[in-house]
Amino acid sequence: METKHMTLNMGPQHPATHGVLRVKLTLDGERVVEAYPVIGYLHTGIEKTAESKLYHKVVPLTDRMDYLAPMSNNLGYCLAVEKLLDLEIPAKAQWARVCLAELTRINSHLVWIGTHAIDIGAMSMALYGFRERESILHIYELVSGQRMMSSYFRIGGLSKDLPENFNEEVQKVLDMLPSRIREYEDLLTNNRIWRNRTVGVGVLSREEALKSSITGPMLRACGVKHDLRKAIPYSSYDKFDFDIPTRTGEDVFSRYEVRVEEMYQSIKIAQQAIDGMPEGAWEAKAPGIVSPPKEKILHEMEALIFHFKIVTEGFHPPEGETYVGIESPKGEIGFYIVSDGSPKPHRMRVRPPSFINLASLNKICKGGLLSDVIANIGSVDIVLGEVDR
Amino acid sequence: MLEIAIISTIKVIFVFVALLTACAYMTLIERRVVARFQTRLGPIYAGPNGLLQPVADLMKLIFKEDIIPEHVDKKIYTIAPLAAFIPATLSIAVIPFGSSITIFGREINLVLSDLNVGVLYVFAITSIGVYSIILSGWSSNSKYSLLGSIRSSAQMISYEVSMGLAVVSVVLVSGSLNLNVIVAHQENLWHIFSQPVAFIIFLICGIAETNRAPFDLPEAESELVAGYHTEYSAMKFGMFFVGEYANMVTVSAMATTLFLGGWQGPGDSGILSMFWFGLKVFLFLFLYLWLRATTPRFRYDQLMNFGWKVLLPLAILNVLVTAAAVLII
Repeated sequence: METKHMTLNMGPQHPATHGVLRVKLTLDGERVVEAYPVIGYLHTGIEKTAESKLYHKVVPLTDRMDYLAPMSNNLGYCLAVEKLLDLEIPAKAQWARVCLAELTRINSHLVWIGTHAIDIGAMSMALYGFRERESILHIYELVSGQRMMSSYFRIGGLSKDLPENFNEEVQKVLDMLPSRIREYEDLLTNNRIWRNRTVGVGVLSREEALKSSITGPMLRACGVKHDLRKAIPYSSYDKFDFDIPTRTGEDVFSRYEVRVEEMYQSIKIAQQAIDGMPEGAWEAKAPGIVSPPKEKILHEMEALIFHFKIVTEGFHPPEGETYVGIESPKGEIGFYIVSDGSPKPHRMRVRPPSFINLASLNKICKGGLLSDVIANIGSVDIVLGEVDR
Repeated sequence: MLEIAIISTIKVIFVFVALLTACAYMTLIERRVVARFQTRLGPIYAGPNGLLQPVADLMKLIFKEDIIPEHVDKKIYTIAPLAAFIPATLSIAVIPFGSSITIFGREINLVLSDLNVGVLYVFAITSIGVYSIILSGWSSNSKYSLLGSIRSSAQMISYEVSMGLAVVSVVLVSGSLNLNVIVAHQENLWHIFSQPVAFIIFLICGIAETNRAPFDLPEAESELVAGYHTEYSAMKFGMFFVGEYANMVTVSAMATTLFLGGWQGPGDSGILSMFWFGLKVFLFLFLYLWLRATTPRFRYDQLMNFGWKVLLPLAILNVLVTAAAVLII
């Protein structure tokens, strides 16, 4: 009998494509012959917009790329500009950045575990993940006044000092989280159905992963112990004690295990950050580049002038180019900035981890079943805002 | 003769209304209970504590525009929801829902039809439900519907085999296909204790038969949007929905009748026996909700493997052992 392959268009409006990803599937019955991801449905032109913005006005744009990890994006961009300017960041700001970046990692992973589990059918997990995420959004709101688009990190430090009850509030979250994450593990890790659905599914070999420049948990699930926090420590990560979890399964389950383990490690780092939070300045001393504190602006003439100049004219970094990559929850997010000496970036290019990880979707889906496609998309952990930028 | 006709009519109306009410309120209970599992509230605004939510839902479904897409096979597309709804409500007819009550000095048996092949009747009728799934998937002319209906019909046919074998062992033990006799046979010992393996097989197959979690892959919304009823809207969709819930109630009622002693319980008045029956059925329905809130979903091939390679051999073995035991004793 003559058989034909069926083409199934999955997305861009589809509950399990995490936004507006479109996958063109060629199916042989339920078996996947080809899975071709089509992107561009959430194109925002952030890279291009950055070229017409003053350096510090790009920070809010970065929030909107990976909207589940706003602080990580802020951090990457700020570090890149600070490298361009050769700024020295005070210890307190660095510690606060580490603490918030780790909370951001937990935030992103919580949303991931929720959406990934609901894709595979464990409906309640989504609600549990979002419930815990709420407490982290509360911390965001506490420091910046915003729940999602926080823009709290600024070039040269923070946008304002940490609130007085910051340590207490973070402590509350950190005390609550481990038991909750253990509950997730009770529900999923040894669940027969969960294991059936994830073990040996979506295998991406170590060589393939390295060849396709996969980063983040997906790479670490292939047994590669690579994490920029250890490899090229930024923002004083070398002063913190933590492990890099790796697994060698190369499948969806290993990626799950790595991310769950990472949440525990992030809790450990954030705990160290609030325990050893240094006193002192929270922004660099760089007149003309870093805006003075608000109280000074309101009471001192010189501070007001500096503030005015920074907001209207910006600052002139030296000519040149720079690249800084940091370990975002999804992998290496890198900012490549070219400066021509003007107050606006000549070119900003973002290395988006979701985009590069997504490129291997076809490899991990091929030969699997239709249901595995869903599990695979979930395990890559994409945010379309970042894929399309 | 007229008397019998009147009594039967009243009983039919009573059972039909009770079943539809149970289905309607099952949707509310489901949403409220699952919401509790998920630290939410669920619907609370329509009426006190959201008690009128099913009414609101029904009104919405009735008044919605009934869209028939252009590319469908109109006749079959219209018949399919009926084929889901009618068999689902018919099979309740032979299930005894109480002992008997005396009204105006007349003893009335609390079962619509005391059929001597009741078990066969239930199986025959529920099997018709598969047609609705195949027909709706085929006539919708949509890829998601087609995949959903293929999955669903394969699943229902596979699990019906094991389910039937589980029931065969009960029939062997009680020696009758009449559900009233099966209930009476459990007066001293419920079949759940004498036939535990059959009970577990029946339970799993029942969940798979009704396409509920963790076997809800025909309508896995993360994969197939809504499976075979993707293209349906308004009351046509509503009929699939009510059909699914009526099936849940029927399977729970069957499980109660076959394994949990039916309407039997402390006290012997007719009203009390109806209460026990209702309680046992509700326990099963709660189990459905509990599973739905907890478990991930099976994959198609794993589901098939489980059905054919684990459940079926186990069910056959159970029948053989039971038959041998019945012969010897």
